[in-house]
Amino acid sequence: MTKRILVCLALSVGLLFGAMSAQAAEESVPLMESGANIRDQASLQRGAKLFMNYCAGCHSLHFMRYSRIAKDLGLTKQQVMENLNFTGGRFHDPVVSAMPIDGAQQWFGKAPPDLSLIVGVRGSDWVYTYLNSFYIDPSRPVGWNNTLLKNAAMPNVLWELQGIQVPVMGLPEGAKEAEAKGKKVKPVVVDLKLAQPGRLTPAQYHQATSDITAFLEYVSEPAALQRRSIAPWVLLYLAAFSFLAWLLKREYWKDVH
Amino acid sequence: MAKVFTRLGGWFTDRAPGLMPMYRKHLTEYYAPKNFNFMYFFGSLAILVLVNQIVTGIFLAMFYNPSAHEVIPGISQAFASVQYIMRDVQWGWLIRYMHTTGASMFFIVIYFHMFRGLMYGSYKKPRELVWLLGMLIFLALMAEAFMGYVLPWGNMSYWGAKVIVSLFSAVPWIGDTLVTWIMGNFIPGDATLNRFFSLHVIALPLVLLLLVVLHLAALHEVGSNNPDGVDVKHGPKGNRFGPDVPKDGIPFHPYYTVKDLMGVGVFLLVCAFIVLLVPHMGGWFIEHDNFTPANSLVTPSAIKPVWYFTPFYAILRTIPDKGLGVLAMALSILVLFFTPWLDRGKVKSIRYRGLLYKVVLTLFAIAFVVLGLIGAEVVPHIVTSIGGPDADIVFWQHFIGWICIAIYFGFFAFLWVYTYFGFETTKLVPERVTTHD
Repeated sequence: MTKRILVCLALSVGLLFGAMSAQAAEESVPLMESGANIRDQASLQRGAKLFMNYCAGCHSLHFMRYSRIAKDLGLTKQQVMENLNFTGGRFHDPVVSAMPIDGAQQWFGKAPPDLSLIVGVRGSDWVYTYLNSFYIDPSRPVGWNNTLLKNAAMPNVLWELQGIQVPVMGLPEGAKEAEAKGKKVKPVVVDLKLAQPGRLTPAQYHQATSDITAFLEYVSEPAALQRRSIAPWVLLYLAAFSFLAWLLKREYWKDVH
Repeated sequence: MAKVFTRLGGWFTDRAPGLMPMYRKHLTEYYAPKNFNFMYFFGSLAILVLVNQIVTGIFLAMFYNPSAHEVIPGISQAFASVQYIMRDVQWGWLIRYMHTTGASMFFIVIYFHMFRGLMYGSYKKPRELVWLLGMLIFLALMAEAFMGYVLPWGNMSYWGAKVIVSLFSAVPWIGDTLVTWIMGNFIPGDATLNRFFSLHVIALPLVLLLLVVLHLAALHEVGSNNPDGVDVKHGPKGNRFGPDVPKDGIPFHPYYTVKDLMGVGVFLLVCAFIVLLVPHMGGWFIEHDNFTPANSLVTPSAIKPVWYFTPFYAILRTIPDKGLGVLAMALSILVLFFTPWLDRGKVKSIRYRGLLYKVVLTLFAIAFVVLGLIGAEVVPHIVTSIGGPDADIVFWQHFIGWICIAIYFGFFAFLWVYTYFGFETTKLVPERVTTHD
């Protein structure tokens, strides 16, 4: 009976994990896979460079210090201060954009959010997909729109690299049935097409945005580098400890029948 | 060297003659049944997690700052201090992940521990007091976990605090005043955060520790139950540990201390895996929406409590009337207190109980988990993945919810009817535990 109950419990846990993976897929637009790898230091360095050049003008990383970036990304103080620091901050200062909040609110309708924890909130695939989902839309105040974050206030600051994507309009899924019922169906953006190529090829642009995503994933949790590197040793130690404890238990329990 | 220790020990026992008898009573001469199984690891693991929470909590409180005041545009001091712990404090991330993982593991351990009680009738005479004290621990733990969840002052902290405290507005007459009194404001704010911090780090841990001591004291008075539900204390006596020792009893120390040490090792292995490799557990232990600072103007996409509250939260949500929902949720916890008196059956262990008891207990466990999934807003995804995008999510969510609520409360009603009117056909309980030579 105990075994059967344990099996039931195991099944419930399995169900729970199944549900966990089900929960991941709740976006309206299917997310692309970022391929971001925070253990790839070169990717992090490229991502940092792109971020500081294209993003840090508006977006701060209030919880990320330049000095920590230098330490974790294998860069010298000089390299960071000369190539990555465009905000005028000191070495131990956090990355704070020079954009005034009030002004930003007026210019964009919404102050650009701090991105220190954006991957914690949205996940890295979301960030990657977002950076790849901009398209030209003259109806928006800044001329850009985004399929993932509809009516995003942000323009595509990476358009020079990516080129310009235009929307491919079409009818959404299940539109025919809805029309048959007499409902009017508005065409929506079903795909994006590169109308004008940028400085990078699509493959290079995917890599660039993957680098930015990796950098932001690192920024969300710099400790991830440390915890992953000690994980195998801690787990090995505890496995050995458990094994010894099991031997000890077996020895002590020899005389219990 | 050994001599020095003996003399030192003598020095202490001369001055505190009660020490050694207490050590003997609770460890070396506490005779526990020798047939404990897997389900009996969770009591000692609960103590381990409690100690972990207290020790890591002490260190967190050295760096955490319970202030809702804004230090960075849109970000409070409390939120910033948590990130300070995660980034600038040496090994702060480890301490915090041990604390957050510990919180969730505490509930996993406690739910197993409680389920063990239901399986083997550990709440039955003479252990009713042990069960009651345990239930009080569970209540205190829920309060402790809720307040701890508010402290990072993320957006889910904020809205969770608002929703949960607002439940008290369902109290007749004084409801709204009560809510304001608890929050110290009309919306969750600095006053709320400060008092929750105080309660979380002082008041509730003291209550928890006291209750745990009483829980153990009450247990050691009557002795441990076991998977056979056999009362070893009043069974045959005499074994190699002494003539008056229960025949199937072995001293807790060293037998169960070394066995529990093994449990501790495996448990820590699981915890270390989570802490070091998946500390957020895909948003179940640390929720995505709590990476956004508290914002009274923007609600998270779905306000839901952390997983360990979701079964109770689902009861609240499924019942459309707020007052009745709160009442049912309160009852769902309260009814557990009465289990020893609802279950009139004399046979303790599920091994010798009637078939229907096994069936309803399994259903009860399933209903509890499914309610948890509903409360965690997972059911819509399951419904659409089974029934396609056109499936009626609201209908199914409520339909399944009501069935589970019926099973949850039905379990206790059935238990009473089943045992009070003597419908249960039990098997013969053996004289001694089944694993003896």
